Amino acid sequence: MNEQTYIDLYGQYAETLKNNAAPALNAARDMFFERFCRSGFPTRRTESYRHTDFGDVFAVDYGLNLNRLAFPVNPYEVFHCDVPGIQSYMYFVVNDMFYSDARTAAQQLPAGVIIGSLKQVSEERPELVEPYLSRLAERKDDPFVAFNGAFAQDGFFMYVPAGVTLDRPVQLVNIMRSDADLMANSHNLIVLEEGASAKLLVCDHAMGGARFCSTRTTEVFLGAHANYEHYKLESTSENMCNICSLLVQQQAGSNLLANIITLHNGITRNTVQIDLDGEDCDTMLCGMTVGGRHQLIDNTTAIMHNRPGCRSNELFKYILEENSMGVFNGLLKVAPDAQKTAAYQTNRNILLSPTARIRTKPQLEIYADDVKCSHGATTGQLDESALFYMRQRGISEQEARLLLMFAFVHDVIENIRVDVLKERIRLLVEKRLRGEGSKCDSCSFCK
Amino acid sequence: MKTMMLEIRNLHAAINGKEILKGVNLTVNAGEVHAIMGPNGAGKSTLSSVLTGHPAFTVTEGSVTFNGKNLLDMPPEVRAREGIFLSFQYPVEIPGVSMVNFMRAAVNEHRKHNNLPPLSASDFLRLMREKKELVEMDNKLTNRSVNEGFSGGEKKRNEIFQMAMLEPKLSILDETDSGLDIDALRIVANGVNKLKTPDNASIVITHYQRLLDYIVPDFVHILYDGRIVKTGTKELALELEEKGYDWIKQETV
Repeated sequence: MNEQTYIDLYGQYAETLKNNAAPALNAARDMFFERFCRSGFPTRRTESYRHTDFGDVFAVDYGLNLNRLAFPVNPYEVFHCDVPGIQSYMYFVVNDMFYSDARTAAQQLPAGVIIGSLKQVSEERPELVEPYLSRLAERKDDPFVAFNGAFAQDGFFMYVPAGVTLDRPVQLVNIMRSDADLMANSHNLIVLEEGASAKLLVCDHAMGGARFCSTRTTEVFLGAHANYEHYKLESTSENMCNICSLLVQQQAGSNLLANIITLHNGITRNTVQIDLDGEDCDTMLCGMTVGGRHQLIDNTTAIMHNRPGCRSNELFKYILEENSMGVFNGLLKVAPDAQKTAAYQTNRNILLSPTARIRTKPQLEIYADDVKCSHGATTGQLDESALFYMRQRGISEQEARLLLMFAFVHDVIENIRVDVLKERIRLLVEKRLRGEGSKCDSCSFCK
Repeated sequence: MKTMMLEIRNLHAAINGKEILKGVNLTVNAGEVHAIMGPNGAGKSTLSSVLTGHPAFTVTEGSVTFNGKNLLDMPPEVRAREGIFLSFQYPVEIPGVSMVNFMRAAVNEHRKHNNLPPLSASDFLRLMREKKELVEMDNKLTNRSVNEGFSGGEKKRNEIFQMAMLEPKLSILDETDSGLDIDALRIVANGVNKLKTPDNASIVITHYQRLLDYIVPDFVHILYDGRIVKTGTKELALELEEKGYDWIKQETV
């Protein structure tokens, strides 16, 4: 299996693909396909993928569900939320199918808010979808964004009209569940109009022993003065290759918080691009990772200060043990007229074993002259003097190490502005650091 | 009849193959305050590190008995739970670990060691409040991360606060006076004096006689080149202050 397999597949099944897809996704499909034909899957020679080896991921003969057959999985039955008591509007995507039943539909959303299947909304309300869909993906030169553009048929859609605040967080649970090796490609679209406000928690899970590969492109459009919080919590399995592209466009005065937390996974690539296309925007982009065994976590981010007077702050922390590997690429680009930009980037890493590895590359490109920018990347071990200090107070070495690791990621967790979620993630991180639940423990299937 | 608490016999210790302690003998009984003085490099801080089990030091010879148990066999945390407390010369900043969580973990480890149940949240906070008053410690300090951004004086005060919380049998104060102004010194010394009981003991390590005006020792030992070369009462400290360490060096040659 290689790119040629998928190129042939497209040639053979393009009609099936399109007939079963959101109409708006078809508009750019051939263009994305051509891009993918040119790029293929990234290799170690592809600059932005230099350190991430997808190894055998694309050697697997995955099934694809091009005919959109429903999977015999009821997420309400198999899924137990990692974040109980969060009081959210909850939605499921099973593999690449938006799942909906009476319970999904019974949720009373504030007036004007639309949440649902991209395919369905694209058919019923094309005017909400077409002005936005693929606009950011087209701008992003990335092999997986191209691949996803060629193969994704559906996804999650959220629309919050001007001035409306979603009273509760929205939870999107992506579940990979199949007995045979499976690939899922989905495309999400999130639109917040002027002054709208919403919080989204994306939870990625995988169930069962099959091998999974998923590509998900999420496009987020924030109107002027919109407020958006995007949390992504990955708790999948070592059989999962999870390729997520989060593409955000911010208009003047909008406020974004994105927090990407990876606790259990196989190979994960988070591509993030945030375009500050209006003045006076605020962006907080952060994330953390706890890696063990052969986990690979790659966060490749780009914050584009295209307009003056925006503030961005980026903070990524990795704790890596055993044979795990972390990759951090942080591009910060300040356009020539983006004066009065304030942009800060920090990447800090702890390696707990001699075989854990981190590749970090801060990359600042500043073309304006009246800006405040800084970056820092550090890699080290736990502070031995702090460990001794704590042991001298009677705290066991193991507990002291745990407290220090927890303290290390503390500021990332502090950047969760939903209290229940913060408490819960604190607990999940602690469990992960204690080595408990080395696989996803939120579904009845695993237990 | 005095109870013997700590007995150090012919203690030799090295770091990176270099011998620092060259045969220390010292006996501390319950209720006593011992001062250890000596020039730079004599081995004062090494002695406190070895007693608390710092992994960088290797004991090459000798024995240390604490309340009848072989201290050198215990890992640092067990020594602490057995009742040995070190007030660090340079307290460590631990960003992200709150004072409350840190102290709760420490107190409950001590309680577990003594077969006591963990303190309830309200009992723990009451204990914190009580002990804070003892060292006149500001509330805002205990709401922060351990020692993070504390001034030199605040760090030392925090050491004594932790000592009050953990109620050790033997406290080792390693240059607690360094970096303190007179007022802070008085507060810290008052704290130490208030914590003194007939059942506990202290070893006060210091360069200067000044601290001993506030914490009055029963014995003063002079450590020089890895050995205790002179032992006396508090007058010895005054004599040392007057004559300087050169006097000791000449006497021992």
